Amino acid sequence: MKRETFITLLLMALLFGAAFHGKTGDEPFIITLATKAAIFAIAGVGLNLALGYGGLVSFGHAAFFGIGGYAAGIIASAARNYAPVMTWPMEIAGSTSMPVIWLAAIVAAMITAIPIGIFSLRTGGVYFIMITLAFAQMLYYFAVSWPAYGGEDGLSFYVRNEALGLNMMDPWTYFAVCFGVLAVVLALMAVLVRSRFGLALEMARQNPQRLTASGIRPFNVRLTAFVISAMITGLAGALYADLNRFVSPSMLSWHTSGEIMVFVILGGVARLGGPVAGACLYLLLEEVLGDVTDYWQVLLGIVLLLVVLFARGGLVGLLAGRRAAHD
Amino acid sequence: MSAALVFEQLLNGLQFGVMLFVMAAGLTLVFGVMGLINLAHGSLYMLGAFACAAVAAATGSFMLGLAASLAAAAIAGVLVEVLIIRHLYARDHLDQVIATFALILVFTEGTRWAFGSFPLYLTLPDALSGSVALPGGITYPLFRLLIIGVGLGIAGGLFLLVNRTRLGMRIRAGESDREMIAALGVDIGKLYTIVFALGAALAGLAGALVGSVQAVQIGMGEPVLILAFVVIVVGGIGSITGAFIGAVLVGLTDTLGRFLLPQAFGLIMDASSATSVGSALASMLIYVLMALVLVFKPTGLFGKPA
Amino acid sequence: MTDPVLEVTNLSKSFGALAACKNVSLDLMPGEIHALIGPNGAGKTTLVKTIAGEIAHDAGHIRFDGELISHLDAAGRARLGLARTFQISSLAMEMSALKNVMLAVMAVSGEVFRFFRHAGSDDALLGPARACLEEVGLQNRAHTRVAELSHGERRQLEIAIALAMKPKAFLMDEPMAGMGPEGLARLSGLLRDLKETAPVLLIEHDMDVVFSLADRISVLVYGEVIATGTVEEIRANPDVQGAYLGDAA
Repeated sequence: MKRETFITLLLMALLFGAAFHGKTGDEPFIITLATKAAIFAIAGVGLNLALGYGGLVSFGHAAFFGIGGYAAGIIASAARNYAPVMTWPMEIAGSTSMPVIWLAAIVAAMITAIPIGIFSLRTGGVYFIMITLAFAQMLYYFAVSWPAYGGEDGLSFYVRNEALGLNMMDPWTYFAVCFGVLAVVLALMAVLVRSRFGLALEMARQNPQRLTASGIRPFNVRLTAFVISAMITGLAGALYADLNRFVSPSMLSWHTSGEIMVFVILGGVARLGGPVAGACLYLLLEEVLGDVTDYWQVLLGIVLLLVVLFARGGLVGLLAGRRAAHD
Repeated sequence: MSAALVFEQLLNGLQFGVMLFVMAAGLTLVFGVMGLINLAHGSLYMLGAFACAAVAAATGSFMLGLAASLAAAAIAGVLVEVLIIRHLYARDHLDQVIATFALILVFTEGTRWAFGSFPLYLTLPDALSGSVALPGGITYPLFRLLIIGVGLGIAGGLFLLVNRTRLGMRIRAGESDREMIAALGVDIGKLYTIVFALGAALAGLAGALVGSVQAVQIGMGEPVLILAFVVIVVGGIGSITGAFIGAVLVGLTDTLGRFLLPQAFGLIMDASSATSVGSALASMLIYVLMALVLVFKPTGLFGKPA
Repeated sequence: MTDPVLEVTNLSKSFGALAACKNVSLDLMPGEIHALIGPNGAGKTTLVKTIAGEIAHDAGHIRFDGELISHLDAAGRARLGLARTFQISSLAMEMSALKNVMLAVMAVSGEVFRFFRHAGSDDALLGPARACLEEVGLQNRAHTRVAELSHGERRQLEIAIALAMKPKAFLMDEPMAGMGPEGLARLSGLLRDLKETAPVLLIEHDMDVVFSLADRISVLVYGEVIATGTVEEIRANPDVQGAYLGDAA
């Protein structure tokens, strides 16, 4: 087994162990924290495809996280109010089924990501960073000022949605669901980056000139990666909405984009398990530093600075060492 | 809707635009010369506002407050550049984004630590408050006019600095060829520190001026930072002229959009939904502007072609 | 008479006031190496970029394999079988040599957007890629990262990638740049074999190489073709001697 795969499995085992510890010790707080870590990890895995494997530094993934969250919130609250989600151009009824909501979140993120990707990918480098940020911010302000879905106050839906007749309000059950989704997403990502498309994406990052000269347009490859990446992050948004039974514009804010990016960086860019490590580490830091001072983000900022300046491979980079040419 | 009202909105848009320019100028210079994307620019804006508020409150002098905003932001700029930023010039944009994002966390929470979470309000000296009568029967706040004047003055000054002075020549050389300028014997490290501190001081001043008409509060820098990004994307990264044109365009579009769109929707729907729909769409307008510019000029209005 | 594989007619390209190509016409016949020579700044690389579709031309036509390709972008032209190598090696430094070639094989197959099957064990990619590496003599370096290959090996790899594209014509921008004498001999041999696969439009600085390899030569000076002909004709051409060879003599 390759070292990186081993580390990913180890991280997953640790996450599961932490939640299980919460279950046996009857500490639902720990289970919820682990659930949050799993959801953030999914969001990070999504971003990692664009940012790590594709070299596309998107500073606007909160847009997809938030869109996924709002898709879940809108559909669920419509079902609870016995009102349709929309009546035009066709009537769509609400739903409380998680799989339906997940699918809706993924599709909504896809529909949002396509135009954003088309505009943003016309440019590159620092323009790309700023434009993705700006588009996410556009959706944020729209969510704040559009009154139909709660505006600034957000949208609550009180009870978690349903799947397979499970009691989702039980923290352990909901953790298991999120953990399962994370496992599936990680497996998909492992397959994707080693596929033909993964090879093209890697070339698009390392040498777009060569990709073009071989007859493949980097734009198409990048757009596909960007959209898939957004879909995964959108799914995470739907799970997060269900965790809190609440969505608000803050899911769309630039701060959320920065946080998702931090998960990836802390864990290790373009590493399969990177976002898992990063999300866990982030929440752990929040807990530990939060005990030290209310202004724990000052300390987080310093930790982040140290990571960027001195530990560039992130946590997985420290554990797995330098990457070899992988064949 | 009277002509006077529209004219007043135009002035508001212009005032917003020139402040965005003062903010964006530093960003675009730092990117143009050093190739660095600095998210913490908004923090320097916030720092300037707080320095102004603190010093004005302590001394009772608004002008001393303004001077303090320049000084505090410039000093913070030098410190940050020497301690952190200069290690990032050779790094990729991702590292720069994360490191300067980390700086935002430090600045924001550090300021909250020092000043608490409540907004501060600045009192303008009597000489600067009040309104003036403009031709056409319009009265307009004097201080806002002053802001427009200061902004235009800074724009003119920067233009002269970049195009007419020795420092400006070095800045332009630094933009086009870093090795060349080092070979000419210019201390490139010092040049970078000066450019960064200059940008920081401008951001600090903008923060103090805007804070004087709005409020001085934690997190005030980030919305402006993102608008400044839109400005330099529209204008073309690295171009002072582009930043100016972009800032005025963004300022006018945003202000007039918020003013006109609700009224326009009022023609086709009832007043309260017109207000909400209109203002929701108005908040998206500048991003639509940005997208439109990118369709036709992917590197902005005055950007160098890729 | 056979038709040319590549035919450039009255091609012009200016950058502002600077005319990089002026009314350039040349063609590439099946089975030949057609060398393009000219002093520094004559516009050779611009011409290659224009033919490859990396920069748009202002006027003129490019016909490839019987079709007008002026409207196609670089990727589109590559897919038709116009394989280009770069003056400065353009490779994915962190990938293995084999993967670099596999990518080209994959591009030709047209099946890029496949998301599930493991590419690294896909025989449809591995087989042709290994064959191309072997053809340039890099079979023992297949799993080495490009960053660890020598300069000469990278040049060979560029050619292996071009071969993997099953090209109808090669467009080679100074493939010998920076090679030692030993490497030069090996690459020359390779190019001689290559023209059996597809004709080569070759930009080259080294006159000895050009005179020993080329079937025909075009001389580009200040963006204009001043002469085209066989090696003997070019050697004997007084204009060429005056404009170009004269400097060297």
